[in-house]
Formats: sequence, structure tokens, C-alpha cells
Amino acid sequence: MASPHPGSGGLGELSGLPLQAVREAALGRAAALGCSHAEVRVERIRSQFVALRDGHVETTVDDTEIGVGLRVVRRGSIGFAATVDVHADAAARLADDAVQLADDTSVALGTKVSLADEPRHVEVQWSSPYGVDPTTVPLADKVALLEDWSRRLLAAPSVDHVAARVLAVVEDKHYADLSGTVTTQRRVRIYPLVEAVGVDGASGTFESMRTLAPPVGRGWEYTSGAGWDWDAELDELPSLLAEKMAAPSVQAGTYDLVIDPSNLWLTIHESVGHATELDRALGYEAAYAGTSFATFDQLGSLRYGSPVMHVVGDRTTPHGLASVGYDDEGVAAQSFDIVRDGVLVGYQLDRRMAAENGFDRSNGCAFADSPLHVPIQRMANVSLQPAPGPGPSTEDLISGMGRGIYIVGDKSWSIDMQRYNFQFTGQRFYRVEGGRLVGQVKDVAYQAQTTEFWGSLEAVGGESTYVLGGAFNCGKGQPGQVAPVSHGCPPALLRAIRVLNAREEAAR
Amino acid sequence: MSRLATPQETVERALAASRADGCAVLVEELSQAEVRFANNTTTTNGVRRDRRVAVVSFRLVPGSGPGAAAVGAGPTAVGVASASGEVDVEELVRASEAEAALADPAEDAAPLVTPGEGPGSGDGSPRGGGTGPGDARDAGFDDEPVLTGASVLSGVVSGLADAFGRARSSGDLLSGFATHGVASTYLGTSTGLRRRHAQPAGTFELVARSADGARSVWSGAGTASFDDVDVHAFEEQVRRRLAWARHQVELPAGRYEVLLPPDATADLMVSLSEAMSGRDAEEGRSPFTAPGGGTRIGERLCELPFGLRGDPAEPGLESAPFLATAASGTDVSVFDNGLPVGVTDWIEGGHLRRLRYHRAGAGRAGVPPSPPVGNLVLSLPGAAATLDELVAGTERGLLLTCLWYIREVDPVTLLLTGLTRDGVYLVEHGEVVGAVNNFRFNESPLDVLARTVEAGRTERALSREWGEWMNRTAMPALRVADFNMSSVSPAT
Repeated sequence: MASPHPGSGGLGELSGLPLQAVREAALGRAAALGCSHAEVRVERIRSQFVALRDGHVETTVDDTEIGVGLRVVRRGSIGFAATVDVHADAAARLADDAVQLADDTSVALGTKVSLADEPRHVEVQWSSPYGVDPTTVPLADKVALLEDWSRRLLAAPSVDHVAARVLAVVEDKHYADLSGTVTTQRRVRIYPLVEAVGVDGASGTFESMRTLAPPVGRGWEYTSGAGWDWDAELDELPSLLAEKMAAPSVQAGTYDLVIDPSNLWLTIHESVGHATELDRALGYEAAYAGTSFATFDQLGSLRYGSPVMHVVGDRTTPHGLASVGYDDEGVAAQSFDIVRDGVLVGYQLDRRMAAENGFDRSNGCAFADSPLHVPIQRMANVSLQPAPGPGPSTEDLISGMGRGIYIVGDKSWSIDMQRYNFQFTGQRFYRVEGGRLVGQVKDVAYQAQTTEFWGSLEAVGGESTYVLGGAFNCGKGQPGQVAPVSHGCPPALLRAIRVLNAREEAAR
Repeated sequence: MSRLATPQETVERALAASRADGCAVLVEELSQAEVRFANNTTTTNGVRRDRRVAVVSFRLVPGSGPGAAAVGAGPTAVGVASASGEVDVEELVRASEAEAALADPAEDAAPLVTPGEGPGSGDGSPRGGGTGPGDARDAGFDDEPVLTGASVLSGVVSGLADAFGRARSSGDLLSGFATHGVASTYLGTSTGLRRRHAQPAGTFELVARSADGARSVWSGAGTASFDDVDVHAFEEQVRRRLAWARHQVELPAGRYEVLLPPDATADLMVSLSEAMSGRDAEEGRSPFTAPGGGTRIGERLCELPFGLRGDPAEPGLESAPFLATAASGTDVSVFDNGLPVGVTDWIEGGHLRRLRYHRAGAGRAGVPPSPPVGNLVLSLPGAAATLDELVAGTERGLLLTCLWYIREVDPVTLLLTGLTRDGVYLVEHGEVVGAVNNFRFNESPLDVLARTVEAGRTERALSREWGEWMNRTAMPALRVADFNMSSVSPAT
């Protein structure tokens, strides 16, 4: 499991903190106060963000968040307390505060909390695979790279403005609980993005197009070719934008679609990833993120999509943004089926959901985005599996649809609170006639109901077409928490999907 | 937190350690408490203490102008570093200076704000108790951070315990969230400013669902103190709406007259205000760009003489009377730290009056600086009707509750998509006659204002979509013609 990067092993950036004293003080006090469960996290999260506008620096952020959070379960009631004061005495006081809160709110406790068992993991370490810690790269180097990318695009006549930015995060986390599990982990992730804008001044309209390079669990090496060909993508962006600006507006109607992985990952995230979180399905997010059409009584029977549909949840994929060694409840990372042969066969779980609903063990989906936030069930890397072997290429899928639209890149997204009705746009849209691309159209939005959409899935690409997409900013919970997550998928052919013209939608 | 230096000590130590040509130091002390509940039980309950320190270092870039200009008046580079907790102030100052040393001159450079400088926006007369121009040091700067804790929510917890009992009896499920926090911000600059603001922010939300999930309703409110939150009153509100939903009406997609309650109006107006970037409009990439170039400032946006404003002294919605930011952005600048924020009329009499600008951008555009304001108020002069009165005056239309998952579809028109959520009701002949299925809408808030035919009185509102980020809004209910319900959502 452990794959420590040379030079990044051990406690890394946590080494200056009194980890043992803090965890012993917090857990010792929690045990003395009669807690059936307690877990403490000490974290250091380094975030760097640089944004350039038209080649000039607009925003820089260089932030270090340090803190300690303690969650307890006492007499079935949960209390959480956190502070930025990372010392043993403060940690012991957290136990007092958390227990007090658990007691004070127990008058409104209707269902006692228990957590599914997990084997003890003693003093284990894990690191995501990366080459260069991006937070050690000087700000000036980051600016220089983004300046170069910006200048290359601004030199093109079709490009009036360029936004270039990079967000890099290094998350060091030390976890311990009353069962004796102690884990120390490092996760590194990076998200560079460049967007070109073309303005049609006479009409007062504009179009944009941005890089498809996904956020990934990699280091600074990602910006120089490890996992993505930046030069190729930047070279083609101006001409793609020019074609989009000159493209005709789409005629609204029903179309067959081939959806590229750069767009489909987000549709999977919204219509499968969130819908198969068991806390949502059971109503625990009813007031905020919402519930799910995929109710628990339909496990094993719900026809989610066509038999082609095979969706896996995992926290193990190399470079996956949700990949970990152990989750924030001390559960070892796993991989599990969610949809198999088009049928719902699994949910994403944390220890509480597992215990409450008869599962022997959590599948490891607990996460807190900050030492100051409580862990909740968050999304695994939820990925649509490709056709086995070589399978169809993207071109094969396009040639199979006759008339339709090929959609590339994600942009706008929205889905309802039970994950039925969604609407997505994209970066670029190609009209397909006779199984061949015949040029871009614009103003496309596709709209569908989840099970109808996946029921219309006719074919997916082969293994070589599979791409890992993702996001840094998946939101859930109150107070709001933001989680990074990846989604892999091949391109997919779907029949008879409703396409709207966004410009006509606004006309009145 | 007794081990940590006080916020004031941290500000002074950082300024004393600074070797830069100019420096701004921000310290934010945050305390928060929350109770979350679902399925008639509390689920997570939390308290936290946070402290964040940010140091902004300014470096005059030599050789590009005559003489020794003041910081920001000549070419000036910036470096920012921030950290939480027990911060090594010296280390943070050096980190920000190191970044400034390697940075090019900033595009948003403007002379650092000095004591006596007037408001960045509005008519120059902060109302109420705000500190006016001329004061280098806020009277309350030496005050300790304002703290909150779980005790603020004790009334809510006991109210919920009773409400859960009744819900179990009636077969309904209650979910929701109660949170209260106070952020105390301390700002010190090398130009002598010492400013402090304590910002309370609270929210209470209650969702009631029938056990079969077929009916779901929401009620929520923003609050500064929780003194005004009566769980039982919220419970009554959701029970009334659950009763409305006993009769269900299926309606197809299409264009409908809708009544947006103040909360739903807030969902749309916060989205509108976010799009009000001056620079984006100048560059031709905004719904506020005029065809042929320039911005739409001065243009009439809607027939009704709506006003959309921010005002730090708005009663009940008080927000920071000065700008404090650890990061520059398109329309916000670290050079403007400490800039007084006054009344800002974004839309007045139905005309677009202001777009967001930092001082440097405003100077280039020849308009007054307009920093963001921590509240948003939409009003129609003379409008006094309640939502119930608007319902009573409706021949046939849809009464909404709130909007959800709102995202921009087309930035040219500010077309937004999203869902109706937790209560759509059919109104006929002045009365609610039943609950209707949910819809996906595609609408621009600009078009919504233009197609509004009637508005109610302005009252405190909570945007369900944006309330965690923009807690302080006051909005009227709106009667909007031909609202575009693009498709049906089976969700409840």
C-alpha cells in the first residue's frame, strides 16, 4: 500500500509538531471521559495559488493551515472540537469541549451513533506518488511558466484575453484513534488551467475555451509533461477558439451524443458519484446537498443504466484526487463496485453509515477538508470502466452514430437534489454527419434524467481511451467542505439525448 | 488560545519586523459553533477556534519613475503570505517580502490607504456607528476578539428536541442546520491604520419531509445573534407548507408567472451581483458590456425603478465598514486594505450605476472605486406588499420557495440554470391550491428584473444557494412574468 516518495517519507512537514503529545492528550482525555470512540487529526495544509490575467499577476496566495480536530462519540452522541493551537493542553481541552457538546445536544439525539469496526493500523505511513513538491517551487517560477503560456496564446489573433492559473496543495495528515490506529499521510495535488477568450466587440458577445488538462494527484512535474502534453494543447487552443466563434448556433432538438472523457467525468460525478453516497440516500443530507433517487431499498435491483455500464468506486487509483492510504476514520483504502451490468450494486460508505445499515465494514469514504472540520462521507474516485481490451476508439464511436454531436470539455453543470434532472454544457461541440465530424457548433447544453441517460448508453471506448478527470472543488456538508476527487472514463455513445440552445433559452 | 499572542500584538510585531517599503497585516480570529440534524436526530455538533494571519509586503520597484514615489504611487510589487495558528510572525513577514522581491510591479498598485482617506464608494457618509474618514485607529481596535460558543445554540437544541418528538408523531422527518460564528478582523498598515471589525453570522435552516419523501419543504433565515430564532415558528411555517402539499398537481415545463419569495430573489440577486465586475465589462466579457465597447453603466436595466445596494450600516445586516483582503483579484486589491466602504448603489432607479472596481482600476476607468460590500439589498421604492398579499393578488401562478444548484450557462446573457427546491405551489384565484412538481429553470437575473411586474416589501432573506458565503441579504418578493421552466424535475 505504502508508496512513499523518496525524500517525502516520515512525518514530512508535520515533524515540527508535538504529534504524540497532542494525540495522547486528546485521546487520553476522551477515554477518561467515557467516549466509546475518539479520533484526532493533526494537519498541515499548504496551498499556493497564482493567477495571471493577460500575462500579468492578478492573485497570489501562499497559505499554511495548521490545526487539530477531535471527534468523539459518547453515549451515542457526536461532539467535535477543533483549534489551531496544536499543543497537548489545548488538545486535552478539545476533549472536554467535544464531550460537553455531545452531552449538551444529546437531548435532541434520536438515533444513537455507532461506527463499524475496522482493523487496527499501527503506525502506518503513506504518500501519494509525486516527483516535485509544487509548494517548494518558487513563486517566480510559477509566474514565469504561466507568463509563457499566456504570451503564447495572446500572440494569436483570435485570442483577446487569457487567464492562466495554478493551484497546488500539499496535505500532511496525522491521524490516531482510540482503537490504536495511527496513520501519517501526505497527499500532493495540482491544477494548472489556461483559458482563452475571444471578444466580438461589435455584437457585444464573446466566447472562451480552456485547457482540458485535469487536476491530478501529481507534483510540479505535471506542468512539464508528466501525464499531459501542455504544448500540444496550448498550440491548438487559438484555432479551436476561432472556429468556435465562427461556428453556427446549434439547432435545439434530440441528438445522439459521443461524450469525451473530458466532459463525461463531470456527468458521472454528479449523476452517479453523488447519487450513490449512502448518507445522501438515507436522508442525512436532506437539508443541504440533497437526497438520492437511488434509495437504499433498491440496492441490487435498480436498473441504473444499460448493461454496458460498469462503475467502480476506489480510493486507490494512482494520481487519483480521492486516493489515500487510510481515510479520516482510519479505514484502509479500497476499491468496490457501484454499478455492475447496469444495476446498482454498491454505495459509498463511512463507518457510521456502514454500522447503521448492516455492512461489516466501511469502504473508506470518510474525509474532512480541514483539521477544523468534522469528517463526513465524501466521494471516492468514481469511474466508468472502459470496454475490455482494445475496444472502440473515439472515432469508432463517432462513426457509429450517423448524425449527432461530439462534446468535449466540461463547463456549466447543474443537477437536482435527488440527482434525476441534469444539464451540462461543454468547451466545444462538433456536429457529426454520416459518422464524421463536420465542424463546431456552439450554445449547446444537454439535459436528461439520470436513468434515462445511462439507459441510452450504447457503447464505451476501449482501455486506451480511458482518461482520469476530476475536480478540486466538490462541495458537501454544513459547514461546507470542499473535496478533491477524480473520475476516470472512456468516451461514451448515448442515443437520443435532448440538446438545448443556450442562447434561445435566454431569449424573451 | 492563551498561548497565542493577541491579535493586536501580532499586528504590531509584524509591522515592526517588516523591512518592506510598505506593509499591511491582517489577523482574523474566528469562533464557531454548529448543530446539524437529519432524520429527527442530531448528527454532527461542532465548535472551533481559528486564527489566520496574513502579511502583505509592498516593494517599490526602482528605476522606472522619477524620484522616490510613495508605495503604490509608483511601480510597486507585492508579496503575500498567510498562515493559521501559532504563527512565527518574523517568518511570515520574510516569506511575504521574499515573494515581493521577485515579483513584477502589480497592476492594481495604488497608494496605501492613509488615515483620513474618504470612502471608496458611495456618498462619503457612512451611516450609523461606522468610523468615518479621519480616524487612524478604530476606537475598538484594542478590544478582544468576540467569541461565540455552543451555548448560543442551546435554545435551538431544546426547540429541536421538542420538534423531533412532534415529527415522530406525525410521521415527518426534520433536517437542518444551525450555525453561529463571529469573525473578528484586525488590520494594521505601515501608513498607520488600525482597524477592527467583528462580524457575527448565523443561519438556521429547517427542512421537513414526509416519511415517503413525496413532500419536502424548507424554511431558513440569517441571523446575527440567534435571539430572533424561534424553532417553533420555523416548525409552524414548514407544517403549513407540508399541508399545502397534500394536494399534488403535475404541471409540464413551460413559461409561468411565478412569485419568488425574498429567499429565492436573493438566490438570483447574489448571482447578479457576482457578475458585476467592472474590468470584465470593459474587456467585452460580461453581461454589462455595451455592444460596440464600454460598459452599460448608466443604462436602464428594468422598467421598475429597482435599487440594488450594499451598505455596511444597513440595520440588521451590518458589515465591515472598511476593506480587508489578503488576496488581490480582478476588482479587489490588497493595496486597498483599510479603504472605507460606504453606501454603494449598484442599481438605482432601475439604472446600472456601479460596477465593482478597485482603486487602480477605477482610476483607469475614470469612475469611483467600488469595493465589494458585505451585504446586498434589493428594493422597489414604495413597495409594501407581503408575500401573502402577492399570493392573494395572483390569478394563476407558481409560488416558489427557493432555488438550488444555480450555475452560469451563458456569461454573455448571464443565463443561469438551476432547480426549484422544497416547495412549488400552484396559486389560483388568490389561494394556494396544491403543490406542483419541481422544475429546472433557465433564466438570467437581468431578464428576471426586466420581467418583474410587481414587488413586495424588502425584508431579510437567506439565499439557500449562496447563504453560507453571502449571509446578509434583504430582498422583496417578486412577481415575474413568463419565467422559463425548461423541464420537469421529479426530485422532491
